[in-house]
Amino acid sequence: MSDSSIPPITHAPDAGGHFGRFGGKFAAETLMQPLAELEEAFFAAWQDPEFHRQRCDLLKNYVGRPTPLYHATNLSREVGGAQIWLKREDLTHTGAHKINNTIGQGLLAKRMGKPRVIAETGAGQHGVATATVAAMFGLKCDVYMGREDTVRQAPNVYRMKLLGANVIPVDSGTATLKDALNDALRDWVASCEDTFYIIGTVAGPHPYPLMVRQFHAVIGEEARAQMLAQAGRLPDVAIACVGGGSNAMGLLHPLRDDDVRLIAVEAAGLGLNSGAHAASLAAGRAGILHGNLTYLLEDLEGQIQGTHSISAGLDYPGVGPELAYMYEQGRLELAAADDDEALDAFHRLTLSEGIIPALESSHALAAAMRMAAEMAPEEIVLVNLSGRGDKDMESVMRREQAGFSEGTP
Amino acid sequence: MSGRQRLAAVFSRCKTEGRAALVGFLTAGDPGVQESKQLLLALAAEVDVLEIGMPFSDPMADGAVIQAASERALEAGTKLADLFALAAAVRRAHPALGIVLMGYGNTALATGMEHFANNAANAGVDGVLLVDIPPEEGAICDDALAQAGLARILLLAPTSSEARMQLVGERATGFIYYVSLTGITGAKMGAVETIAGKVAAIRQHTNLPVCVGFGVKSAGQAAAIAKVADGVVVGSQFVGLVAQHRTDIAAAVAALAAEAGGMRRAIMEASLI
Repeated sequence: MSDSSIPPITHAPDAGGHFGRFGGKFAAETLMQPLAELEEAFFAAWQDPEFHRQRCDLLKNYVGRPTPLYHATNLSREVGGAQIWLKREDLTHTGAHKINNTIGQGLLAKRMGKPRVIAETGAGQHGVATATVAAMFGLKCDVYMGREDTVRQAPNVYRMKLLGANVIPVDSGTATLKDALNDALRDWVASCEDTFYIIGTVAGPHPYPLMVRQFHAVIGEEARAQMLAQAGRLPDVAIACVGGGSNAMGLLHPLRDDDVRLIAVEAAGLGLNSGAHAASLAAGRAGILHGNLTYLLEDLEGQIQGTHSISAGLDYPGVGPELAYMYEQGRLELAAADDDEALDAFHRLTLSEGIIPALESSHALAAAMRMAAEMAPEEIVLVNLSGRGDKDMESVMRREQAGFSEGTP
Repeated sequence: MSGRQRLAAVFSRCKTEGRAALVGFLTAGDPGVQESKQLLLALAAEVDVLEIGMPFSDPMADGAVIQAASERALEAGTKLADLFALAAAVRRAHPALGIVLMGYGNTALATGMEHFANNAANAGVDGVLLVDIPPEEGAICDDALAQAGLARILLLAPTSSEARMQLVGERATGFIYYVSLTGITGAKMGAVETIAGKVAAIRQHTNLPVCVGFGVKSAGQAAAIAKVADGVVVGSQFVGLVAQHRTDIAAAVAALAAEAGGMRRAIMEASLI
């Protein structure tokens, strides 16, 4: 993408934000007008070369893009089979892909003259990315985070506070990401006049799924060009983990018109049959939550179920509506990795390549290693290494110390 | 008589009496299904329209009071079958009462929209208000509700533009629910003059009754709203009484009857002035 060009929007939803039967604007009446204003502001900004000039400048000089594409030769050799290549989103400023989106939405907030931003966060990466751009743009920032997540991702809570953001622990419901989203929506219903809600994933009412996808598409656009430049060809398979689906849409959207298999890896938690997982596409059904119609983990009466994953960032009972659409259209394949497989992948990448991945990204890696082992050496598996594992040090340590004492004969 | 017709009859009766309708909300199954039946029947005796809240795990548009009611109801094991049974019990006791189900789209969608609409109509429900299905998304429920004779009640808010008033005016049936404030249920009510102006603007786009709710907590506020709208909706105030007396249902019934009765009398007096 050259600085002055306006990137085309392909595979757009219909005017109401529907991807087939999914998506839409299932929002309270109070939010319909603010959503219409946001939609107008987004499309106006997207047509404005100055917006892209500012965005690209920040992505390059502030975020550190383009991020490298790395051929993990040690890991590939160890696994045996196909080549594993990593898109290194872990090397962005703040340590995860989330900042691609918060730069875009932060710029929009400035254009719309909103002095305050709010966000929901699970693992804390989106909260940190929002707090970061709020500090840089001079915006007041409140971040909603489930009480349980503030405990298991404590370092990120402190980072947000250092960045000047106010972290609001959420105790309602299951006290995780979905409840943080509920409370952020409740805040926005009352504050939409002066507040911009920076949603952190490709879900929520239109235009969020489209907008967040467009801001993250830089991942796949870069990776596509880098594959051609470094390997001389496109990958056979592209893999990303899916909670809400932002890093997955970022990597996969620019590859969807190519002859590349697209794989979404969901968190299988304690196992897909355990009832303790977060695999909305594999085990959910279509319903309405958080402003869109999509696959949800719910009971037969539509009550949203609690989820479990070792990674807070994947611990969400829904999924972006466009992923639901791509899955039903047959363009997206599903895979799953459970807590143990993700932990195993976490260690193997760390030991073989000296790269400590986020637990979220470790799910994608686990599925990639499984697939690569069955493929030929000339084939390529591209993995989105969506974030780094610094935030997970404490929870991995705690878990392994506990496991060590229990499991040692 | 279809649900839509019965709702229309309720509002026309109130109009004949020269007063606004009192619309009262309670969450079904709070604090338990049996207790909820007594509470709903007590409130039904004092109001013109009973709104029965459908408990949902993620009530995004509701404040703490109604969230807690939803949680209590779900913890008590309230199911859709209980919801319909409660509505049917109220209907048997009050043949002319307006009965409306209020909640979130996912509850209605979970068992299929037609199934939901038919069950509601069979239970004697007159209309349905799904707070997260705006008119733009009506394709998912409009036909099923219409075929069951149910009113599709829609919301308008302080942020709604004239164009949205027109859209809602075209798509709504039964009545229009004007949200008095930019916020969630149970917050502080907006200024009456501002509300009066908005209700007048909405009436430019519809002949349906316009009810005002969110934040109405006292008989005085109910009376003030009654002078400018066709109906006054009270929710969190009633639900709060249930929460307060949830271990003593007789006390909760008495408190509800007294509170709703006070509001009903205040609305009647307002009509005489």
